[in-house]
Amino acid sequence: MSAPVRIFVPCDAAALSVGAETVAQAIAETAARRGLAVDIVRNGSRGMLWLEPLIEVETAAGRMAYGPVTSSDVDALFDAGFLDGKPHALAHGPTDQMEWLKRQQRLTFARVGVTDPLSLRDYRQHGGFKGLARALELDGAAIVEEVRVSGLRGRGGAGFPTGIKWQTVREAVAERKYIVCNADEGDSGTFADRMLMEGDPFLLIEGMVIAGLAVGATRGYIYLRSEYPHALRTLTSAIEIAEHAGILGPSVLGSAHRFDIEVRLGAGAYICGEETSLLESLEGKRGIVRAKPPLPAIAGLFGMPTVVNNVLSLAAVPWIMAHGGKAYADYGMGRSRGTLPVQLAGNIRRGGLIELAFGASLRTLIEDFGGGTRSGRPLRAVQVGGPLGAYLTTAELDTPLDYEALGAISAMLGHGGIVVFDDSVDMARQARFAFEFCARESCGKCTPCRIGSVRGVELMDRIIAGHERDRNLAVLDDLNRLMTEASLCAMGGLTPLPVMSALRGFAEDFRRPAPAANAAE
Amino acid sequence: MVPYSPWDIAAAQAIIAPLAARKGATLPILHALQDEFGYIDAAAIPLIADALNLSRAEVHGTVTFYHDFRSEPPGRKVIKLCRAEACQSVGSERLVAHLKQRHGLALDATTADGELTLETVYCLGNCALGPSALVDGELIGRLDETRLSALCGCRAGAGDRA
Repeated sequence: MSAPVRIFVPCDAAALSVGAETVAQAIAETAARRGLAVDIVRNGSRGMLWLEPLIEVETAAGRMAYGPVTSSDVDALFDAGFLDGKPHALAHGPTDQMEWLKRQQRLTFARVGVTDPLSLRDYRQHGGFKGLARALELDGAAIVEEVRVSGLRGRGGAGFPTGIKWQTVREAVAERKYIVCNADEGDSGTFADRMLMEGDPFLLIEGMVIAGLAVGATRGYIYLRSEYPHALRTLTSAIEIAEHAGILGPSVLGSAHRFDIEVRLGAGAYICGEETSLLESLEGKRGIVRAKPPLPAIAGLFGMPTVVNNVLSLAAVPWIMAHGGKAYADYGMGRSRGTLPVQLAGNIRRGGLIELAFGASLRTLIEDFGGGTRSGRPLRAVQVGGPLGAYLTTAELDTPLDYEALGAISAMLGHGGIVVFDDSVDMARQARFAFEFCARESCGKCTPCRIGSVRGVELMDRIIAGHERDRNLAVLDDLNRLMTEASLCAMGGLTPLPVMSALRGFAEDFRRPAPAANAAE
Repeated sequence: MVPYSPWDIAAAQAIIAPLAARKGATLPILHALQDEFGYIDAAAIPLIADALNLSRAEVHGTVTFYHDFRSEPPGRKVIKLCRAEACQSVGSERLVAHLKQRHGLALDATTADGELTLETVYCLGNCALGPSALVDGELIGRLDETRLSALCGCRAGAGDRA
């Protein structure tokens, strides 16, 4: 009998959500029935989510892609000779040659979808731990300097230079320091953190260990949102494997350095993505935002100097250490250096994960990669950067994805999520939702956010119902200004961003005839 | 899914004790209790307060801050339906209306027979394949009315649950 054919069936949650598990079972059963030897590898997702479950077969000509596959397609795939990479209606040819992937610049996501997420052998074969090995040869200051040179800015949304944050923690004098990974990816339209943690968990571990070496911390926490049960399982297994292999624990890769990581689960509070609220939550308290200063870099978790970085910031570090900060900074535009994993979501034909150097336009992403709306109706609005991000019009789609360029049109990049809406969207309703979400998720510490959000919902109800529209719109304008200027953190401070952008770009939706009284809810 | 255990003080103490030594142990303890019993019984609050040397008010404050922690046992099946923007853009609100109009099912409630709990969730990270739901921990994408009805144990066209 010849060597088993390797077949890759993703175990990423998105692939599972459209039936990858039953496809994997069907392949195993069909192969057994036909007496064929197959080795089914559960990989992460390549990020071409509209093609999930996307299965790949390893052939002499490379990995061949088939998708979207359902369990009822499996017999026909065997009949067509997919084990030899032969054509079929669902075939896309060699995966690496697919236009959607070929056009990307995958640095952080280089391994995601390619390897078995929990195989250390795969991880090493594809360049894993090179960054950590180099970091172990340097002192902390040199690591920080490399990260500073890379121009890496916080991928959580605020865009603060990672090197400067690390330097502050490194210079702080304390008996203990912490590395906290913010994996509370709560923004609708974002899933890059999830895909990375499920698809290449050792990369995040490697990034956290390097951060620990850089600043002199020996303990890390991953604060993971509870909505990600699959990521929890993968991370937990990966940490155990890394401990057994001597990557985590008392002697990192045989060195004198210690580093331990623990995963902690959030509990369904959006505000805990805000770093100080996250720290409160890790300490076991209500997720109430802290006033700054002191910065977490000075007094963070349990009062100690703490690096709080997003998953994607930490996951960018191993590449930077392996290839040099300069090589990373060669990607990008202006003050946005490196690559950005963009998440194309919502009403989009070809949604998924696209890692590109900063500077690609929204139009390139939505039209070229995305192929327009899933519904086939005209595109009307695009929300960039999560629930606190602006709604953009079709006239604004030539804006490049860059922290400053989006800021210049009163929008924000956030965590790189793009949510597409077709022309059935009612932007007054979306504005109302922005306040409703803030009212539900506000921590309640500051009045502009706690009360302002509730007033915002009431105002939008009156405006939608057609009550004294001019006067209520004037109050809305006031409220937006007040929340923007007087809120303690970005939750209250940015909730007006989607509202004001809706007013600016879609004013007609705020002037629609009031719904008839008997149709009112 | 595996049914939850009925509330039991000794069992709760056995869960709390080994976790209490961790720094900031409140959330890990609450998750462990909810995994076992399906909710946080009011009687758990003094147990946690004692174990962690906190006031009951502090523990109560933490429990009630987070959407995840329930104060009542859930139904035998739990469906968390995403209603965030990306799912809105592909019709999640239509699904909410369908549940209400066709089946008389409300979100953030448990049916009278204790079979089904429906909860609102904001984002499951499946934003390119929405509308999405988490059904007893299993992620489901591209939900439509028929599938959702079936998941709820209803026939799509009928008002009654099977």
